[in-house]
Formats: sequence, C-alpha cells, structure tokens
Amino acid sequence: MIDFDKWQEILSSIRRHPMRTALTALGVFWGIFMLIILLGAGKGLQNGVEYEFRDDAINSIWIRRGVTSIPYNGLPKGRSISFSNEDYNMLAESFDGVEHLTGRYYLSGDQTASYGDKQLSFNTRSVHPGHQYLENTIMMSGRYINDTDIEEFRKVAVIGKIVQQDLFGEEDPLGKEIAIGGIVYKVVGTYRDTGGENEMRTIYIPISTAQRVYAGTNEVHQIMFTTGDLSIEEVKQLEHEVRAAFARRHEFDVEDRRAIYLSSAIEEFQRFNQLFASIRGFVWFVGIGSIFAGIIGVSNIMLIVVKDRTREIGIRKALGATPYSIVSMILQEAIVITAVAGYFGLLAGVGVISLLSSMEVDFFRNPRVDIWVGVVATIVLVIAGALAGLMPAMKAARIHPIEAMRT
Amino acid sequence: MIRLNNIKKSYQTGYNHLEVLKGIDLSIQDGDFVSIMGSSGSGKSTLLNILGILDEYDSGDYYLNDVLIKDLTQTDAARYRNQFIGFVFQSFNLLPFKSAWENVALPLYYQKVDRQLRKEMAIEYLANVGLADWADHLPTQLSGGQQQRVAIARSLITKPKIILADEPTGALDSKTSHEVMELFQKVNQEGITVLIVTHENDIAAMTKRIIRLRDGIIESEGLTASAVASR
Repeated sequence: MIDFDKWQEILSSIRRHPMRTALTALGVFWGIFMLIILLGAGKGLQNGVEYEFRDDAINSIWIRRGVTSIPYNGLPKGRSISFSNEDYNMLAESFDGVEHLTGRYYLSGDQTASYGDKQLSFNTRSVHPGHQYLENTIMMSGRYINDTDIEEFRKVAVIGKIVQQDLFGEEDPLGKEIAIGGIVYKVVGTYRDTGGENEMRTIYIPISTAQRVYAGTNEVHQIMFTTGDLSIEEVKQLEHEVRAAFARRHEFDVEDRRAIYLSSAIEEFQRFNQLFASIRGFVWFVGIGSIFAGIIGVSNIMLIVVKDRTREIGIRKALGATPYSIVSMILQEAIVITAVAGYFGLLAGVGVISLLSSMEVDFFRNPRVDIWVGVVATIVLVIAGALAGLMPAMKAARIHPIEAMRT
Repeated sequence: MIRLNNIKKSYQTGYNHLEVLKGIDLSIQDGDFVSIMGSSGSGKSTLLNILGILDEYDSGDYYLNDVLIKDLTQTDAARYRNQFIGFVFQSFNLLPFKSAWENVALPLYYQKVDRQLRKEMAIEYLANVGLADWADHLPTQLSGGQQQRVAIARSLITKPKIILADEPTGALDSKTSHEVMELFQKVNQEGITVLIVTHENDIAAMTKRIIRLRDGIIESEGLTASAVASR
C-alpha cells in the first residue's frame, strides 16, 4: 500500500486542488477541534463543581437540634430537643449503615489558645474520632483524636496548619502543651484540610473531655455520620429510620420536620451528578453532531472529487489502471487529508484546553480531555470519510473508460 | 493478431433498442496498418472500443493475440489493455496536471516500473516523436500536434502489439495531420500493428488497408492505392 509513487500521486493531487483540500481539511479539523473543546469544557465544569464539594464528605448526614412544632402524646409543641451521648451510642450500636460517626460539642466562653507568651483566638471543636472523615481532615503529623482519648477524658489537641504556624512557627508542636480557655492540652497531631484556610484555624479536642471540663454535661450539640457507599435509596431509607428512632427517644411526631433537622449532601450531589450526566449527554450529542457534519462534508467532497476526476479515471483505465488502483488512489487521498486535518484538530483542541486549564473560575476547573477519545474520533472520521468515498470511487472504477473520457 | 467472428452489439437508449454492430467478421494480421471508415453512426467507434477492450460486446468472439477476450473481469481487462494495446484519442486525453514525460510514463506506472526507469524511457520515447526538449512542459503549453505526439509516445511506451487510434487527426489541421500520420507510418514500419478510425479519405489513404462500415456491417474492404503500389 505504501509506495513512494502512490504518495507522489496523492501529494500532486492535493497540491492541484488546494481549495478543495482546504475545505475538506477544515471540515474535519473543525469537527475534531469542537469535539475536544466540548469534552474538555464538560470535564472542566464537572471538576469545578466537584471542587466546590471537596471539603465535606458528600455521603454524610448531619443531625441538628430543633424545636417541636406539633403536639405529641399529650406533650405541647415548642419543646426544645437536645441530644446527649446516648443518642450517639444509639446511632453507633443500632444502625449498620452508619460508617463514621461523630458528635460535636461547642465550647462556650473563653477559648483563647496560648503557647508560651503567645495568645491567639481559634475555633475549638470537640469531637469523636469519626469526625476526621466527615471533614476530610488530612493528618500531617502525629495522630487524630482516638477512642482512648474519649474513654479516658484525655486533654489532647489536634491543631490545624494555620494554628501550628501562628502558635509554634518553626517549632515542632508535637508533645508541646497549649492552653485553651485556661485548660492545658497536649498537642498530639497536626492536620491540613482541603476546605480552605478557615478549616485549618480549628483545634480539635476529645468531646468527652470538653463535656466534662467545660460544662460537666453529657450533652451533644450536633451529630454527623457518613453512610459509606450506600446508594441514594438506601441513604434515604437510613435517614427515615434515624428520624423514627429519634422521634421515639425524644417523643416527637415523626412527621415533625422542625424537631430535628436531618440534612445530607448526597441529594444535592446527586442533583449535580444528574446535571453532569445531562451535560455529558449534551456534549456528546453536539460532539457527535460536529463529527457527523465533518463526515457529511468529507462525503460531499469525495463525491465532487470523483465526479471531477471521472475523465482522469477513464484515461487511467485506458492506460491499464485496475479498478483496485483507482479506488485506492481516491481513498488514500481522502484518508491522508482527513487524517492530517484530524490530527491538527486534535492538537489545536488539546492546545486550547491546556490554555483554559490555567483558568480558575467558580464551577470551572482543570478541563481535561481523554486524548484517546480524540484519537478514536479522528479514526472514526477517517474511516467514515473513506467509506463515504468508497461508494463513488467504486462506481467510478466500474465506469467504462470511453464514457468517462467523453465527460 | 485480431480475429472477430460475428460480433454484435446493441445499446438500449430509453425505449429504443439500437443495434450498432450487426455481425462483424474481421481479421487483422500482425504488422497491418488498417483504417476503419464510415459515416457517423456506422458503428466504427463502437468497434474500436470493443477492440480496445474498453467496451463489451453482446455476442460473437473476439480473439486478441489468440486470447479470447470475453467476459473479462475489470482487472484482467486492465491488464490486457496495458500489455497489448496502445490508445490514441481524438482529444489526446493527456492528464493536464502532469508534464509531457509524466504522461508518457503513466502506463509504466501501472506496470510497476521503477520511477527512474520510467523517466528515462519516457524521455527516450518523447525523443522518438521529436519532443525531447518538451519533456517538462504541461500539455497546455503544447500545440495540438505536439500533444498528439505525446499521446502517441504514451501509447508506444508499453511496447504494445497494436495501436488503436480514434480519429487521431480529428482535432488537427491538415499539415499537422500528415505529420502525425507519418509518425504512425514510422511506427507501423517498426512492426507494430496500427488501426485507426477516421472519416477523412486522405488520412485513410495513408494506411495500407481500408475497412468501410455502414449501418453496423462491413460494407467493403480493400487495400489502399499506396499499399497496392508498394507491392
């Protein structure tokens, strides 16, 4: 197939019809180019939205206290519901769907943190070990709060990157003691968080310690848990069961939406996922459309090429060209043009995408395109162009030389 | 060289069934120089196309070089054309985007001859028709007579058994026509069979034998005066 003479024939034919070649090439180039841009932009949009969700575990359920709004069992409305360690234990023991579980107890009063002669104000959260997974906390050194800390009411603290920088500077904080509201804690770990600077201005301490030291209570302000890889239906079912369990324990109507607040990110995430699915579908629809337009363009040009060259084909046949040599001459020209144009479309598309990737806009981030999609699209276009040319080329190869030469 | 037995050919045009050749019996010997004459519609071009394996016939037998040319595949037809036959056309039929030598070399391309050898042979054959200095010119840069000489060089380069020429002087003035005919005579003297279709008597007179067609049959057949004289 690949012989020098044939390439000479193809190149001379391409040179002979620069306009026709340019138009064919442009159609193919544009089809591939647009497909790459569309796919890349679609991916960028998806990455952007996923980035917005990066902080918290997306499969988490948050339970907050509320006030009853419906009288129940002879109890009046307007009762405040509050949570305790027992609620936490109930969730831990009775629900299989609960993966990582934590409560939060909010400190009141003075929370000034001090180390040496530095005194700074940070946000302090008292939590269970499971909290690490709910906030996507990433340990940099040492360890997170563990079960023993909770059981033994240890005075230990895990500090964020910003806290570490502000209090300790270059010093290694592990094993050092800091005071929070006058109580001394030993630093056992440092962390960072994908959720941004604010999340790294937080100090985590064991919830049991906080409850005992600051208030002498077993109250919990908020409970959160993750649901592992449960499906959205299973999560909804779990939500329903959890609500029912709380309604029984705290004696409120299970239909009372204000007694406690259950919220999960999964529905919102699911909505975005559906949005992505439709965007992806749309992108593919348009992309395939542009490829299709390219194919039609190539087919059109091929028809014209064959018609244009009927006389030439007749002469060549009279001089001894076989039908095969005629068909392969026409097809190879089409394949060379579409392949080269498709390749440049691919290059240009990827180039534009990489220019866009430096852009940081809300909900648009890091557009990428699977290069193989582009390669496959180019190959499809080349094959389709060849097939489109095959019919007229075969017809032309069958034509009687005499008729061809009369045109 | 060529033997035709009762060749018939008809065309279907719309509702009309047009019988163009109504039974042609003909034999042409090696080294002959024949002209086929006849008014338009007599079937002479159709006969030439059948002889050139450019068209098929309905019934009868056609032997070329003792090979029965019947129901050939396109590929076989192309091979026989390339091996046995050289064509010269009224409208020259040179490829306009190729230089004179490239046009002459084209049949060798289909014989898979090496490019360098093709070029050498093409220039040699162009020299034989007196156009050595025009090898790199495009057909549009040549006169009609020169183009036809390029076409003749192209028809000769495969060393065919027979040259088939369809009105080779039809587009040329009489002086150039005679030059082209002299070229054909030279080719014929080298032993190649030449068959031309023409409607000009003075052109036919330069051949050795004249076959007259009329309404699809051979009306008469005879040696030309010059052929008789040369005997």
